[in-house]
Amino acid sequence: MFEVAFSSLLSRRGSVALTLASLTISMAIVIGVEHIRAQAESSFVRTVSGVDLLVGARTSQVNLLLYSVFRIGNATNNIEWQSYEDIAARSEVSWSIPISLGDSHSGYRVLGTNDDYFQHYRYGGSEALRLAEGVPFSNPLQAVLGSEVANALGYSVGQEIVLSHGIGNTSFVNHDEFPFTVSGILATTGTPVDRTVHVSLQGIEAIHLGEGSGTNGLNASEQLAGLEVDHITAILLGLNSPVAAFGMQRAINNYPNEPLSAVMPGVALAELWQIVGTLENLLGVISILVLTASLLGLSTMLLTSLRERRRELALYRAIGASPLFILLLIELEALMITVLAAGLAYLMVAAGFTVAGAWLSETYALVIEPWPSTPGIWLYILGAMLAAVVMTLIPASIAFKKSLAVTLQSA
Amino acid sequence: MQAINIHNLQFTWPGADTPLLHVSELTVEAGEAVFLKGASGSGKSTLLSLLAGTLVAGAGTIEVLGTSLHTMSSRQRDRFRAEHIGIVFQQFNLIPFLTVLGNLRLAARFAKRTQEFSEDRAVNLLESLNLDSSLRNRRADQLSVGQQQRVAIARAIINEPEVLLADEPTSALDADAKEQFMELLLSIREMTGCAMLFASHDDALSAAFDRKVSLAQINTAQLVSASHV
Repeated sequence: MFEVAFSSLLSRRGSVALTLASLTISMAIVIGVEHIRAQAESSFVRTVSGVDLLVGARTSQVNLLLYSVFRIGNATNNIEWQSYEDIAARSEVSWSIPISLGDSHSGYRVLGTNDDYFQHYRYGGSEALRLAEGVPFSNPLQAVLGSEVANALGYSVGQEIVLSHGIGNTSFVNHDEFPFTVSGILATTGTPVDRTVHVSLQGIEAIHLGEGSGTNGLNASEQLAGLEVDHITAILLGLNSPVAAFGMQRAINNYPNEPLSAVMPGVALAELWQIVGTLENLLGVISILVLTASLLGLSTMLLTSLRERRRELALYRAIGASPLFILLLIELEALMITVLAAGLAYLMVAAGFTVAGAWLSETYALVIEPWPSTPGIWLYILGAMLAAVVMTLIPASIAFKKSLAVTLQSA
Repeated sequence: MQAINIHNLQFTWPGADTPLLHVSELTVEAGEAVFLKGASGSGKSTLLSLLAGTLVAGAGTIEVLGTSLHTMSSRQRDRFRAEHIGIVFQQFNLIPFLTVLGNLRLAARFAKRTQEFSEDRAVNLLESLNLDSSLRNRRADQLSVGQQQRVAIARAIINEPEVLLADEPTSALDADAKEQFMELLLSIREMTGCAMLFASHDDALSAAFDRKVSLAQINTAQLVSASHV
């Protein structure tokens, strides 16, 4: 029956190819959407772990989450250094990581922080950051690179790099006065950390310093010695007890000296996921509708072919085929097209994400594995096959009924 | 044993008022070759379909090789047809997109004789029908009409059936090919000893057969319906 179905499809390759193309595209949409969803969700959840509160200038919790964890967008305002010291000194606080954002290097975000970052930052399950090479920075002009930064720009430990102000990669304020030295490179985490250039908080000030340096008459080392950190962008807090998070959150939101926001990463992630999730459900529904339309096209193609195959189907019966054979033959043809379409669609999605992977990760901070392999994907593919079988029941059962009683005739 | 035995057969199309066929008696002995004369539209094809079991009679009995067709399930009839009855039509005898071998193999498959089927046997059969063995991998729709009809014979007898039904098998052929086809068909009958019911409107072909039956004479359907009026 396999040989018959295959040759039959081959003999109608024109309409079969068009149906196959339509089915391949719609299945690629379904697989692609599901793949992005799964990948986005997992990279989302993996990004930050163990942080009890995120603290920044007063803003929405999603915005705070986006810039402090995902390094997307900008802070509405800075936090006074004094506020950081006040908060970090509270008894509930187990550890704190100050971060200062705002600059870029070749399109990668530059983040100012201190040793606490390397000690306390967790991602994935609760994995600590690990240096693949070198050591953490120990002076204002040293930098630790995320693995993707080092890979993409071809940097190695000991190399001198220039960090500029602003977040574009074509900034014209490009001062060579304070070249930074790469002191270490982090192991790959699969999170925004990979796309970050880490320097000390003083290092961030040093970059800013470069802007007006020509006028104050001091030489570089004198300027560096006088660096003081006045502002940071956000704080990641670890508490002694997670239960304390609510009280701590209230205290920070009511901080008297400046307007601050404290959010729980889990709550903010859920809210952000809800926003993304609505879009995603919509995409999911659309992709399933597109697939349904294609499957109807497949069914239509097979139904139309029945007229021209009337004598062929009668001949199967003449040489001993049962009506069930006719039904199964039509079903098998549909299934062969669907399986082929699924295979092609899978390859198409993998090829697409292989090509677009770098762009997605730079533009949307989405790290997407090229080969979809989540159970959801297989479920969708299986579902599509099942749907194909069910929809093909329309032409197949018509063929079945027509071949129940057949007059064997020549003309 | 009789190859075919029809008794009081009556067939009416669903929805029709009057029966198309009413045959009180028709017998073909084992190994006998019977010419069934009938004009087109006289119910020849319907009668052959009833014999093959792809149509089911409303009343009466049809026995093929001593087995009554209506006592079988539809699945049993399909299997019985594949194993014991070979059929040759006027045209469209072969699945057009399959090769010659593919067509023969498919016929063997429905008779569950894929074990016995071998390329050598198929090629021998083709050669005995004056077909070049190089045609075996040619698609059926790339053969000439004459070649197709000879492959049709091969397809019909590949499972060594005891009964061969032919429905105007020569109508699409020119005079030379017709003569060659008839010779082959009758030599096949001698070779395999199968019974043959050959339906045609062309009286000229009847000479080579053991017996000639006219469908118009044995079919009393019109008379029955006339008597009801």
